[in-house]
Amino acid sequence: MNLRASFLLPSRAWTAVFLAAPLCIVAAYSFLTRGDYGGVDHPWTLESYRRLFDPVYLAILWRSVWIASLATVLCAILGFPLALFIARAGRTKNLYLQLVLLPFWTSFLVRTYAWLFILRDTGLINTILLRLHIVNTPLPLLYNDAAVLVGLVYNFLPFFVLPLYATLERLDPALLEAAADLGAKPFSTLWRVIIPISAPGIAAGSVLVFVPCLGAYLTPDLLGGGKTVMLGNLIQNQFTSARDWPFGAAASIALMAISALLLAGIMRSRAARELM
Amino acid sequence: MPAVLELRGLAKDYPGHRAVDNVSLTLDQAGFYSLLGPSGCGKTTTLRMIGGFEQPTAGDVILNGESVTALKPWQRDVSTVFQSYALFPHLTALQNVEFGLREHRLPNVTERALKALQLVQLADKRDRLPAQLSGGEKQRVALARSLVLQPKVLLLDEPLAALDPRLRKQMRGELKAMQRQTGVTFLFVTHDQEEALSLSDRLAVMNKGRIEQFGAPEEVYLRPATAFVAGFLGAMNWFGKAGVRPESTRVAASPPEGVLLRKGIVESLLFLGNCIHLNARLENGECAIAEIPRDQCPYAERETIWLHWQPADELYFE
Amino acid sequence: MKFRGLSIYAALVLAFLHLPLLTLIAFSFNASRFTIWEGFSLRWYRAALSDPQLGDGLVNSIIIALVASVLATIFGTAAAYGMWRRAAPVLSGTLYLSLVTPEIVTGVSLLALFQWAFRFLRLRPGLYTVIVAHVAFSLAYVAIVVTARLRNYDRSLEEAAMDLGATEWRAFLRVTLPAIAPAVAAAFLLAVVVSFDDYVITSLVAGVDSETLPMVIYSMARRGVSPVVNAVSAFILVAFGGLILVSERLQKQ
Repeated sequence: MNLRASFLLPSRAWTAVFLAAPLCIVAAYSFLTRGDYGGVDHPWTLESYRRLFDPVYLAILWRSVWIASLATVLCAILGFPLALFIARAGRTKNLYLQLVLLPFWTSFLVRTYAWLFILRDTGLINTILLRLHIVNTPLPLLYNDAAVLVGLVYNFLPFFVLPLYATLERLDPALLEAAADLGAKPFSTLWRVIIPISAPGIAAGSVLVFVPCLGAYLTPDLLGGGKTVMLGNLIQNQFTSARDWPFGAAASIALMAISALLLAGIMRSRAARELM
Repeated sequence: MPAVLELRGLAKDYPGHRAVDNVSLTLDQAGFYSLLGPSGCGKTTTLRMIGGFEQPTAGDVILNGESVTALKPWQRDVSTVFQSYALFPHLTALQNVEFGLREHRLPNVTERALKALQLVQLADKRDRLPAQLSGGEKQRVALARSLVLQPKVLLLDEPLAALDPRLRKQMRGELKAMQRQTGVTFLFVTHDQEEALSLSDRLAVMNKGRIEQFGAPEEVYLRPATAFVAGFLGAMNWFGKAGVRPESTRVAASPPEGVLLRKGIVESLLFLGNCIHLNARLENGECAIAEIPRDQCPYAERETIWLHWQPADELYFE
Repeated sequence: MKFRGLSIYAALVLAFLHLPLLTLIAFSFNASRFTIWEGFSLRWYRAALSDPQLGDGLVNSIIIALVASVLATIFGTAAAYGMWRRAAPVLSGTLYLSLVTPEIVTGVSLLALFQWAFRFLRLRPGLYTVIVAHVAFSLAYVAIVVTARLRNYDRSLEEAAMDLGATEWRAFLRVTLPAIAPAVAAAFLLAVVVSFDDYVITSLVAGVDSETLPMVIYSMARRGVSPVVNAVSAFILVAFGGLILVSERLQKQ
């Protein structure tokens, strides 16, 4: 075996056994039946996939798509101006990038917990509101869809900002000057020049936010209480308390399929591909 | 006595095109040789096959009578000076030169390395890192690093390309002197015909993967084997299938007797310092250049003149 | 072209990103157990340091992070080097897939693998199952960092080494590895942070006695109030932030 092959071997073996094989097992399980003591059993069946189309579970899927879409839109609204600002920042660009990235690279768990701390009944916001006598009883800010949304946007905003920044940074300032020269006011330039040109960045950023949000588990778990059940929570539940592994497997495959479709879609555009 | 280096029918194919096509070459004794040609002609690929970095699709590389085609780069007795010099950035100049000696487990490593650095006049910079050396100095360290191993052949891949023109001319002289001094055979790849002509004992002109001519500079310049060689080694005035070099093209105000000639109108005169280039537009619409001494140019633009040359100076190709 | 209010907008968004964490850190020094500031105190840090569950979790997390990161760095660097020499599409694809697969799916799939394997191997989940999982998902991160460094690396340096007598392995060892060493170190630090912070996958594959720090924090956060979590969180933020800054500095070399 030559040097290159021996260098590749450990990773190839490890990923084959601990990444690829497990996914194959899950795929297989999705076609099996629930076993008596949990686990799986024969016969092979499509029952799990059929159950996915039950209104209860379709609702969960729909809710996941809805929350993920909202999160993406919010990230776009918050992230676009930020990315534009940083791209025009001159020499302090890197400092701002660091400021955006640094919280992201610390602990995901802590970042999610921070919102628990802020939003709960005895949390920061409610304490302030109560103290200032703006309200008499604490507002139920936590354990609902909105809280999950805040948590998702907070955690995944950098995923949108980065590819968008990469595109905006390469934008030739002369284009903006040309637009102004031809009579475009700032907003018009933004709408007719900047946004269309940065479309690949927007597309890449959107997919990079949407896909993890769709499969989110920890955020809806901590911030949504039992009320916001997204696909991730459903899957976790099936593999632990509900002990319906084939169904959990089918849901996992469905989630992977949707994610794969979106990612494949974005990779077809070369401009977006380079940003990822 | 076997030839220093022999290439037999070397070929290299890539999907879609043949980079090197049946190249055969024999360097029978030590000396300074060049591979000259335009970019994409296959000269660098040929060099890399000699060095062992590319495997030939066909053919053989024979060093000192023995075939080395199957050997890996570290097993061959040739050394390469790369275009980017490829000095190891984390090692000092001295450590760079010592590298090969250590890999070959030779004795007296530091002593030999120092001698090599003295040969290139950089002994005082031995503790500098490559980042602290100028382009010319880096090149000399790369030379020392290769020469210290006393290879049979030293392969140089356009080593002067990154230097500014004045430094280039200076380095040319130093390279030639080094070849004579060490007795190592130099095989030099370049696209600059002036370089190849001035440095080589013999040079091979390559085009589209093939060697069109291999010979001494004078021979290749004065008796080119093909139209390509003629045109690549110097400017040429083409009159159909015959060509004349500008320096052999004379100008007359009225048609002289008994020589080959063409009629034309002076289009422009370019003063080049040591001579004048007279650009003439001929009757058939084509252009020709005559090189005339400074003091022999009474012609003006738009004047009608006759170009003439000696039959011996005419080069004819099928 | 000036966009009025852009800088204000940007400042607000940056504040949104940083204020939650800053308030968390601030309140970790709060003397009161309620969310009303009652003075500066280190009581929660002291409580955290003396909590045995936190202590065990920390030890487990450190062991797992170090072992998994060393393995992931070695394998991942080797993989990046191999792929740099010549493309390996299947491996690249698999590593990319591991990055885009939702954590919950990676977690349950590993759970399924272990359950299936343990029927034949008579083993139980433990620290080692967590380590195995962490190596699996850290490989991609290491590969990305090292690949980025290799992209700027001059191939002719290795050729020069081989030309001078070094075999492929020695050329890698004596020339390439020293050149990419800072990036390898940066990748290691990144793997440590990623491993240390993981909750989702770890919680699914850990054994009964192998609770990690995030798992402890999670259960404390679930139970509600305790400001001890604030102290631990603040500490993690600063520690990880520091490690990541060092890692980025190394990558710039």
